[in-house]
Amino acid sequence: MGAYIARRLWQTIPTLGGVILLVFILFNWVGGDPALVLAGKVPDPAQIENIRRQLGLDQPWWIQLWIFVGQVFTFDFGRSWSTNQLVSEVLLTRVGPTLTVMVPMLVLETLLAVALALLVAYVRGSLTDRTVMFLTTVAMSISFLVYIIVFQWLLGFRLDWFPVQGWSNDLWTNLTVYAPLPVLLGVLVSVAPSLRLYRSFFLDEIGQDYVRTARAKGLAENRVMLRHVLRNAMIPILTYVGIGLPGLFVGSFLLEVFFSIPGLGREVIESVNRSDFPVIKAITVYLAIVTMSVNLLVDVLYRVADPRVSFK
Amino acid sequence: MNAAVVEAASPGLWALAWRRLRQDRLALSCLVVVAVFVALMLASMAGLVASDWEREAGVTYARPAFLPRAPDTLVAASAAAAAQRVPMVDLSDIDPLAPRYEEWRQRAGQLSATLPSRSETLPLGGDQWGRDVLKKTIKGSEVSIMVGLTAALIATLIGTLLGALAGYWGGRVNDLMEWVYNVFTSIPYILLILAFAAVLGRGVTTIILILGLTGWTGVYRLVRAEYLKHREREYVLAAKAVGVSHAKRMFAHILPNTSHVVLVQFSLLVVAFIKTEVILSFLGLGVPVDVVSWGTILAESQDELVMGKWWQLAVTGTAMAMLVTAVSLLTDGMRDALDPKLR
Repeated sequence: MGAYIARRLWQTIPTLGGVILLVFILFNWVGGDPALVLAGKVPDPAQIENIRRQLGLDQPWWIQLWIFVGQVFTFDFGRSWSTNQLVSEVLLTRVGPTLTVMVPMLVLETLLAVALALLVAYVRGSLTDRTVMFLTTVAMSISFLVYIIVFQWLLGFRLDWFPVQGWSNDLWTNLTVYAPLPVLLGVLVSVAPSLRLYRSFFLDEIGQDYVRTARAKGLAENRVMLRHVLRNAMIPILTYVGIGLPGLFVGSFLLEVFFSIPGLGREVIESVNRSDFPVIKAITVYLAIVTMSVNLLVDVLYRVADPRVSFK
Repeated sequence: MNAAVVEAASPGLWALAWRRLRQDRLALSCLVVVAVFVALMLASMAGLVASDWEREAGVTYARPAFLPRAPDTLVAASAAAAAQRVPMVDLSDIDPLAPRYEEWRQRAGQLSATLPSRSETLPLGGDQWGRDVLKKTIKGSEVSIMVGLTAALIATLIGTLLGALAGYWGGRVNDLMEWVYNVFTSIPYILLILAFAAVLGRGVTTIILILGLTGWTGVYRLVRAEYLKHREREYVLAAKAVGVSHAKRMFAHILPNTSHVVLVQFSLLVVAFIKTEVILSFLGLGVPVDVVSWGTILAESQDELVMGKWWQLAVTGTAMAMLVTAVSLLTDGMRDALDPKLR
């Protein structure tokens, strides 16, 4: 196990290097001269020269790359170009709200999708099954935008069940007052694709010989489905959930924008709109690192959950 | 596909697939829906349909024709306000302009201005400027479908090319491609798109580029797996034995045998990109605001909904949902038709 983790960590080094290189190329070459972005509408040559020296843009590219690598490993991306806040501060304050929305959403969505998928898989081929499958296809074809616009208007504005938008400094208030509507919407939208996928996992398991054996020896249907099928199908389901875990940190930027939740997603959108490169660079690199770590963790947990999986 | 039916002497993969697809009523009707959408889009591009979409044919927020006339609260309110107003006072004895009113009235009478007649209702309602929502949606489909198709084409090309190289050559080439793939997939997809959007700017071409350059990873994965499988097959070894060049083996022999995978991936990408374009344009990161696309239409509709003008949202949302459903179901049908083992 230790050797496996060490090898996997070793393998992430070139990937991390690639991510740093990609971000560097994007923002230092493709993105145009940052000094022009910073200097504003009426650039003054002396000022531009000054900014270039401050950012190290007058150095050759390998030194610039080295500065960037240094920034990544010292967690020091300097200050935001538009708000002059420390980038590390911006990131740390934005993670909380994102997780406040995303964690309940992931938990609810997974539970709901697994329960529904199990039910639908049990009555496969029936009218219920086909109706649910058709409905999920239609539900998936409607844009997330339309859902948010309609439900924010209906449940927030018209019926006044939830606040239309807002956020507070108190976790409990956020969870009970401001988060429910975004969470509900997120669950509503993500449940359809998960339901379809989990149904196929359950169908794979239901077709297996051990299910027939279990039935043949007279086990109750409940027991067959919950003890045998559910347990075995949990492996691919957990893998799928694991793949989606890094997404927790990006958050649903659309929900954050609509409900003005001060999370990472909204921060990214605002930074893109303001050409605030340090913030986007930092978020991209660190989320890539988070993604790689989570993937490694999932693989290790996978091994713990299923001893048959061997490390190559 | 029709051409394949005509040409093939013994039924090839495509002919067989087409035969199976024809059995599938649902897939066929979806094909018709998709064809109608694409035909409308092409006709709109050629200026045959909806070329006068910018004409302000109705009053502001003209209601859909099928809707019964609702009591207009605004008109009632202004009438009530007018009734309460103080009676007019005759100011003509102190008004310095009073002597000239008659002259102006005569000169104004000599000019004839024909105000375009604006109708109270439009087939599916009007927008803020009284433009026909139906025509606007057709016009908007131009950008949305175009972006979806072109970007999917670019992404599929990149994914197929890289996947073919990695799968066919293996070794160092494979390592390099896998490295690039790992780099692209280790950044959350939406973040990757936004990072590209931050540096590349706005515009229709840009959004196509962004989606194409970031969306190829799924195609790559599958095409590479197919090439790994096929390169050891007997027909490829036989081609090698008779001295067929590498390029020809890669693209003339193996590629047609993986084309069903590519086609399915392509149509999945079209759906994904149409949806993404809408979201990016809504956020102001996609096509510019003055270009009409489904995303920019939806961006208008949020405020309209609060005022109770729901038709623009409904028409555009429905058009988009219909196209996406049709393409998705057609993809399912194609997958079944191309690979009957999956059923």
